[in-house]
Parts: sequence; C-alpha cells; structure tokens
Amino acid sequence: MAFRWKNSLKDRDVTEESIFLNRRQLMGGAAAGLGFVAGSAASAAEEALEPNPWEDITQYNNFYEFGTGKTDPATYAHALTTTPWTVTIDGMVDRPADYAFEDIMKAMTVEERIYRFRCVEAWSMIIPWNGFELADLLDLAGVQDGAKYVRFETLYRPSEMHGQKANWIDWPYVEGLRLDEAMHPLTIMATGIYGRDIPNQNGAPLRLVVPWKYGFKSIKSVVKITLTDEEPLNTWQQLQPREYGFYSNVNPNVDHPRWTQATERVIGGGLFQPRIPTLMFNGYEEEVASLYEGMDLAKFY
Amino acid sequence: MSQSFEHQEGASVSKQTSTRLRLIDRVNIVARAVPVWSLYILLLLPVPWLLYLAQTGGLGREPIKALEHELGEIALQLLIVGLCVTPLRQHLGVNLIKFRRALGLLSFIYVTLHLLVWLILDIGILSQIWADILKRPYITIGMAGFILMLPLAITSNNFSIRKLGPSWRKLHRAVYLIVLLGAVHFIMVKKVWELEPLIYLAVILILLVLRMPRRRKTQPV
Repeated sequence: MAFRWKNSLKDRDVTEESIFLNRRQLMGGAAAGLGFVAGSAASAAEEALEPNPWEDITQYNNFYEFGTGKTDPATYAHALTTTPWTVTIDGMVDRPADYAFEDIMKAMTVEERIYRFRCVEAWSMIIPWNGFELADLLDLAGVQDGAKYVRFETLYRPSEMHGQKANWIDWPYVEGLRLDEAMHPLTIMATGIYGRDIPNQNGAPLRLVVPWKYGFKSIKSVVKITLTDEEPLNTWQQLQPREYGFYSNVNPNVDHPRWTQATERVIGGGLFQPRIPTLMFNGYEEEVASLYEGMDLAKFY
Repeated sequence: MSQSFEHQEGASVSKQTSTRLRLIDRVNIVARAVPVWSLYILLLLPVPWLLYLAQTGGLGREPIKALEHELGEIALQLLIVGLCVTPLRQHLGVNLIKFRRALGLLSFIYVTLHLLVWLILDIGILSQIWADILKRPYITIGMAGFILMLPLAITSNNFSIRKLGPSWRKLHRAVYLIVLLGAVHFIMVKKVWELEPLIYLAVILILLVLRMPRRRKTQPV
C-alpha cells in the first residue's frame, strides 16, 4: 500500500527541482506533488524546515565503501555501475528470486517523502526522497509466517568500491530491521532525491530509508534482502557493540558513549550555525513510539 | 681488480659523507640566517586561509568540524616538529634549536584556536560543554593536554628559564606527555581505528624512544 503516510515538512525547493523529473521518478514525483496539497497538518517547528540543497545531500556522505572521508563518496562513487542491478530476496518468503531493478520499479509506486535524516555523528539534513514503501516490496516476495526480521546487504564489489579493499570491516555491509519496523509506512526504499535518480554516493540504485533511526541503519545500494527469524548482526554493532546496537533509534536521552545525542547540527549553515535539539525518534515519535512500548530504550539502543 | 674496486667504493662512500656534511652545513647556515619571527608569520598564515576557506565553502558542507579538525591537526604536527629538534641535532648535527620555542608556542596557539572553535562554534551550549569535558574520555584527554600546555606556554621565555633554573627543564618534559595525549585524543575522535592518527602515534613513539637514555654496553669491572 503506497501513500500510507503524508509529508508534513514544507515543500518549497522541491517542486522547482521536480521540473527535472526523469523517466524513473516520473510517476512518483507527480503523485507526490498532489500529496503535498493534502498533507498540511504540520506544527510550527516543522513549517520552518526546508530541504537541504542538492549539494549538501550529495557532497557530505558516509559511505565507507568509497572511503571514510565525507567527500570520498562524491569523489569515488562514479566508478560504481548500477546497471544491470538485481535484488535477491530470499529466506522466509513465498517467492524467493533475483528481482531485476527494472521489474521492481514497474511493480512499485514511487512517491516523494521529505524526511529528517539524523546521523549518529550528530549532524542532520532534510532530504526529499523519492521511493516506495518497503512493505510493498516485501509483499511482492510474500513474507511467510514466522519471519521476524529483515536482513539487508550492500553490494560487495571492491573493483568498483575501492573502500572495500580495506579489511577492517567484514564486507559486505549488513543492516537489519524487525519485521514490524520494515513494514511501517515510514520505511521506504529510496530510488531518487529531488525527483532525480539517486546518485551513487547516496546509495544508487536503491537504498533503505528509516527516518526515525540513525543514518547508518539506512543501508545503501542494496543487493540482498533476507527474511529471517533471527536478529541480524548489523555491521556497526559487529564493529563496536558498546557504541552501536541493533535498534539505533534516534534518541536525545541516550548518548553515544563518546558524544551527546541531545543536539545536532543541521548541515549547510556555515560557520555560525548553532546546534538544535534532537527530537525523540527524530520527530516521528507519534508514528513509531508504539513499536517500542515497554522496551527499555537505554538497553535496546 | 677486486682491490681497486674496493678502493673505488671506499672513495665514493667518503664522498657521500662529505656531501652529506656539506648539506648539513648549508642547512645550519640557512637556519642561522632565518629570523625566528618569520617562522611565526609563516606558520600563522594557515589561520586566515582556513577561515577564508570555511566561509567560502572550501572546507566542505560542514565547515565547523573541518576547521576544528584542521586546527587540531596542525597543533599536533607542530608539537611533533618541535620534538624533532633535539634528535636532529644529536644524530645529524642539524641545529634548529632557536626555532623550538616558536614551534611550541605556535602549537599552543593552534590548540587554543582548536579549543575555541569547539567551545564557541561547535558546541556553544555551556552545560553541554561541561558535561562533555567530564563524561567523554577523548574530550577529557584533550582538555588535560591543553591544561598541561598552559604552564609551558607561560614559561616559554628567557625570564622564566633564568628564574626556574634546572626545574625549567623538568617542567618542559611535560611536553612528552602532552604530545601523547594529543595523539590518543586524535585516535579516539575517529569512529573506527583509522590509519592516519595511528601514524602520528607511531612517529611520536619513535621520537620519544630516541630520547631514552642509552644503556652502557660495558659492565663496570
């Protein structure tokens, strides 16, 4: 079911950029334009938010497959070829298969979602994604009873992703969600930004976006999705279990061991941009708090 | 044949040695001619340059962290160059001792700017600054390094050397601890084990080992 969630963030720059809609994003972009008219029950704070410009979103990235520097992805990601692209969906599904990217796009409804994006490093942006609900993709493969988690893998191709030649990460990059998190209307697979194809440095041709979790959960350039009954061990948890957990929900009350998560800096404000308070679940508390009812979020960080 | 070959080789070795000595002499002559104040001007030029870059997008989309990191790294580099002065003189005969105070003070200036960027531009919230200093080990370590630098910066003048006498030398050995704190601070800032800060630490350890008192080879009879 597409359009299960309506944007409340302000749409100003987006419509202008949407003039440049291309083939892949066309349907979704147009539909999203209509969506904005309907969705406007936003708080005053949300009204003030505007999407970051294209340059912020595409030139300040963490994508260690292309190096650990913030500009490394923008510099080196052009080496990645994204056609052909298939996504293997396997595990506890009715129709396990290698799904061609084109076939997925034909079956999915792309819409625009303007989300806050909060990195675990305490910076943030507002990003106008184009994408489809992950639930729709999972329905395409048919989730079987008993599946409890979804495990994702990024492409492993060191010849094109030179950062993968460093071996301190056990490639490929792995992420995971609980099935109810994966099926949530906010959870999307993004295929575009500002109505254009998603650039390689942002995770082309399709990447997960889970806006209430720290950015590293939103795994890029996905090639494999596995339905399972075991909690997947995600890459950052494997690297530093004391600092990064499975859930990694944005939470101003649970600090990272080495820095505070109470505040964040919005990228793009120059030298004199003050920090702003971080919101519980990155501002999506109303939508997702119920998923974690009764859980100690300091323990399940 | 073989004798004459050996002879030739010996000659070329001594020729190399004399070339090296001439080079060292030349470095020493140049060093004597360069006034210390010119080092201050030269090594402070990165400050306006970095501020210009930060304002014009040259430091990327998030200039505050970039500026903070650049200033901190320069401070650490200057400390390391300062640590090279003594081994260069002892092992190679290169005398740069007159620049050592300037290197130390310049490092202190950069550490101070690094700290100010963090305090004012990066965090800017007093309660959070205090919590960070107490709760975050890498910030605690960085602050400890800065505080240890204060007495060294204050006593980096001829008056203090005369007044303190032999204890001046002892006091300024604190720089060995300070530079180690700086390197550990740098390693801990990174999200993962990264090569660059580990190289800094390795260089520092080598420079410190070079200072260890050498053991006597012969036992007393």
